[in-house]
Amino acid sequence: MYKYNDFDAAFLAERNRQFRAQVERRIDGALTEDEFKPLRLMNGLYLQLHAYMLRVAIPYGTLNPDQMRALALLAQKWDKGYGHFTTRQNIQYNWPKLRDVPDMLDALAEVNLHAIQTSGNTIRNVTADHFAGAAADEIEDPRPIAELIRQWSTDHPEFQFMGRKFKIAVSGASNDRAVLKAHDLAVQIVKNEEGEVGYQVLVGGGLGRTPMIGKVLNDFVAADDLLPYIESVISVWNQLGRRDNKYKARIKITVHELGLDKIRELTEERFAQVRPTFGGADQALFEDIKRHFAAPAFRDGGTEAFDAAYDADPVFRAWADTNLAAHKAPGHAIATISIKKHGATPGDATAEQMRAMADIAEEFAYGELRISHEQNVILPHVHKNDLPAIHARLKAADLATANIGLISDIIACPGMDYCALATARSIPVAQEIATRFEDLKMEHDVGHLQIKISGCINACGHHHVGHIGILGLDRAGVENYQITLGGDATETAAIGTRTGPGFAYDEIVPAVERIVETYLAQRDGAEETFLQTFRRVGMEPFKTALYPASEKKVA
Amino acid sequence: MARAFTPKVVTANDLLEGDVIYLTADNSWTRSLSAAELITDEADAQLRLLEAQSQPKIAVGPYLADAKAGANGPEPTHFREEFRRTGPSNYDHGKQEATADV
Ligand code: SF4
Repeated sequence: MYKYNDFDAAFLAERNRQFRAQVERRIDGALTEDEFKPLRLMNGLYLQLHAYMLRVAIPYGTLNPDQMRALALLAQKWDKGYGHFTTRQNIQYNWPKLRDVPDMLDALAEVNLHAIQTSGNTIRNVTADHFAGAAADEIEDPRPIAELIRQWSTDHPEFQFMGRKFKIAVSGASNDRAVLKAHDLAVQIVKNEEGEVGYQVLVGGGLGRTPMIGKVLNDFVAADDLLPYIESVISVWNQLGRRDNKYKARIKITVHELGLDKIRELTEERFAQVRPTFGGADQALFEDIKRHFAAPAFRDGGTEAFDAAYDADPVFRAWADTNLAAHKAPGHAIATISIKKHGATPGDATAEQMRAMADIAEEFAYGELRISHEQNVILPHVHKNDLPAIHARLKAADLATANIGLISDIIACPGMDYCALATARSIPVAQEIATRFEDLKMEHDVGHLQIKISGCINACGHHHVGHIGILGLDRAGVENYQITLGGDATETAAIGTRTGPGFAYDEIVPAVERIVETYLAQRDGAEETFLQTFRRVGMEPFKTALYPASEKKVA
Repeated sequence: MARAFTPKVVTANDLLEGDVIYLTADNSWTRSLSAAELITDEADAQLRLLEAQSQPKIAVGPYLADAKAGANGPEPTHFREEFRRTGPSNYDHGKQEATADV
C-alpha cells in the first residue's frame, strides 16, 4: 500500500495550518464569505442545506484499517455518528461545525488522508476500479497510475484554476467497474500484440446536463508517455474549453464541438512540446510507487471451511452468491460488504460499523479495504476459508446484506435531504424501492438490476447509466421523477432512454414495480438480465406498462 | 406585467453552526421559521436583505425565500424550504431533532 513520503506529510501539515488560520480569519471577520468560500471549497468544505459538509478524498478508493478508524473517529467525535460514502469514492460528513473542521483535517492528516481537490475546478480525486490489485480479469493494478496522476496533479500550477472540474478514472481490467466512459478522461491498461503493457486513453465522457459516452482518443500510449500525454490533453482543453458558459465548459463539450479528430491532432501537437519536458523523473517515481502497491503474500491452503459453510448454511450461501467476486489468487475471493441494507440510506455507515470493518480487514483481509463508487465497502483479498468467520462478524455488525448487484443495491446521491443544489429527494426513493422489493421477496429472482438515482441534473447518482435511472426534478414546486431505461455503466456503456413524462413522489415506487413486472413477463428465461431483455424488446412494453392508454390522453 | 410580489422571509445559514437561520423583525436571528419576520412589501424585502447581508459574521448566503402567513407565523410555500426548516427525511437530524428533545 502506498505510503505518503515526508514531502506529502509536510505539505498536508502546512495546508491544514493555513486553513486553520483562514477559518479564524473568517470567524473574526477579516475574510468575507466571498473570499473564504473558494478557500473552504479547496479544502473539501461545503455549506449544504442544513449544515456544513466535509468531503474527504479516498484516493482510488483504497483504505487501510487505521484510516478507516480515523474516518470512524471523525464520525463519532465531530459528526452524528456516521459517514456517507459517495459515488466518487469519497466520504462525506453531513454535520461538522466550522470551528471543528481544522481539527478534523488534522486527525485525517495523522493517517495521511485529506480533503484536497475534492471540489473546485481542479483535477479531482482520481478514481479506480474498486477491485484493483485483486480482480481475476486484471492486466495490472491500476492504482500506481492513479497515484502517479494524483501526485502530478496535486497543486499542479497549470491546473488549479481551470474552466471547470476534471475527473479521471483508471482501470486495468477487461470488465469496467470504474465507469470509465463517464469520465472527462479515463485510462484503461491494455496489452498490445507484442505483449507490452500500455494505456488506452478515453476522453469526453460525462454525465450531468449533457450526458456523453467517452471515446477512445488513443488506443495505445506507451508507459513513459502517459503523463505527458494526459498533460497535453488537459492543456489543450484548458486553453480551448469554453469559459463563457459553465454548462459547456467540460471537455465532453469541447470534444463534441471540435470533434475527436481535431482534439487528437491538437493533443499530438501539444505532446510534441510537452514530452521533452518530462525527463524521466516521473518514471522513476512510478517504479517507486509500484513497489508500494505490491500485492500481499497470498497464503496457500484449501477451501474446506468455505465449502462446508456454503453447503450447510443457506444464509451464508445467499451472501456468498451475491457478494463475492473472482480473485486472481487461488483460494481467494473479493468480498463486497453491502452498505445498502434494505430501508437504510445507501452508502451510510456508522462509526461502529467502520470500526468493525477495519477490524475484519486487519484480522482476515491483509489489512486492505476499498470503497466502491457504488457506495459499498470491499475486502479485496480474502482467503475463502475465512469467509464464514467474516460473514458472522458482518452479521453482528448489521453488515451482512446479500444484495450486491441486485435491485436494492441502489446508488443514490444525497439529494434534497442534504444537497443545496438538489431539485428533489433521492434517498427516501431508494429506501422505499429497496423496502418494497424486500417485502415482495423478489430481488433474487429479478437478478442483476442496477437502479441509480440523482436528485438533480448534475447526476452524481449516475442515473443516466443505471439500468433503471431516476432523476428527481422540481416541477412547479412539486417533486417529480423522470425514469430512463437501458443505461449501462460498464465497458458497453450506454445512456438510458427516457420513458416519457415523470412521476410524482408517491407514484415512483409503483412505477418501478411495473417496470420490473414487465421485465419478468418479457424475459427469455431467468438467465436473461434486465438489460439484455430491454435491449431485445426495446422501450414499447415498458411504456405500455407505465402509461396505460387511458392515461395517455391526459399526459 | 411584473409578477405580483409574494411574501418573503430572509433566511441564511449560520456561520459557525452551518444551520438554517431566519431574520426577525428586531434584526436578530432565529432558528425557527415561525419566529421569522414575514415581509409583505417588495421594497422592504430588499432593505431587509441588505440588513442581513450587513451581518456576515452571523449569516452566510442570505436570500429571500417565499413564505406565507400561517396560524403560528410564517410557513414555507416550497418543499425545499419545508426541508430546511425541518431537517433531512432519512434521520431525525437537523431542526426536527431539537424539537424532539423538548
Ligand atoms: S445529483 Fe444534484 S442533488 Fe444529487 S448530490 Fe449531485 S448536485 Fe446534489
